Amino acid sequence: MTVGIVVFPGSNCDRDVRWALEGCLQLSTRFLWHEERDLSGIDAVVLPGGFSYGDYLRCGAIARFAPVLEAVRDFAEDGGPVLGICNGFQVLTEMGLLPGALTRNQHLHFICDNTELVVQPQRCVWLQGYGSGQKIQLPIAHGEGRYQCDPAQLEQLDGQGQIVLRYAANPNGSTGDVAGLCNPAGNVLGLMPHPERACDPQLGGTDGRALLASLLGAQVAV
Amino acid sequence: MPLFRAHVQVSLRPSVLDPAGEATRAAAIRLGVEGIRKLRIGKSVELELEAPDRATAQRELERLSDRLLANPVIEDWQLSLSEVEQQP
Repeated sequence: MTVGIVVFPGSNCDRDVRWALEGCLQLSTRFLWHEERDLSGIDAVVLPGGFSYGDYLRCGAIARFAPVLEAVRDFAEDGGPVLGICNGFQVLTEMGLLPGALTRNQHLHFICDNTELVVQPQRCVWLQGYGSGQKIQLPIAHGEGRYQCDPAQLEQLDGQGQIVLRYAANPNGSTGDVAGLCNPAGNVLGLMPHPERACDPQLGGTDGRALLASLLGAQVAV
Repeated sequence: MPLFRAHVQVSLRPSVLDPAGEATRAAAIRLGVEGIRKLRIGKSVELELEAPDRATAQRELERLSDRLLANPVIEDWQLSLSEVEQQP
């Protein structure tokens, strides 16, 4: 089991994700440079947080055209598990793998804080380690994390169980309190909070462990 | 009071490097759009302003453009202004 971690110019959580997977969960990882196209031997892909390509134009807008993402798109369409964290979530929406968009926080502040999230009823492969209605604590660190889509789409997403994580107390003005979203098949998850920063007990919480471990079938105490 | 609608276009001066524009041009090539010789990113600001007359509106918007919307060290700006017909 090897997890590919995509590295764009400007990614800054790639090593955090590696530490969470290797150091905390004893899984093997491989960095995937943005120009790479070969995903052979990769069982899951993480798009980490950061500021890909400086987030020029819009967050994730340039990253969307990285060669590695053509391979990631095929991987996702074949049912491969793909996780986008923070900037990775923004990239997934720009790619169209997840609907909607992430925009400037309502009150303009960059928010760096712990937030409480409520796991919604869902069948996302990344969240099977949590119970429906379970409350978990994960850190957020973003300036552009306000999820936006039109009301009809929100209703549709809700009906299809694609809204998988909601903020208990909405910090950024996200439509529908959306913190995390998955595709209809449940193999692609995007979320603004950082599960990789809640895996090592020394960082003050381990609620993110089950997320990174769940798809791997590993039994991890949360 | 008369209402004026204005558009301020802020653009980088030609001598200023635009890394965001260059990154966007590179992405355009990846999208398959060929032949782009130049791509520079500026800002477009739309606003409405109440003022007693056109000359005052022009003067206030010039002050706004020069002191807030653009940094004249690195940016040029262009202002266009029109009066909004108001229902009596």
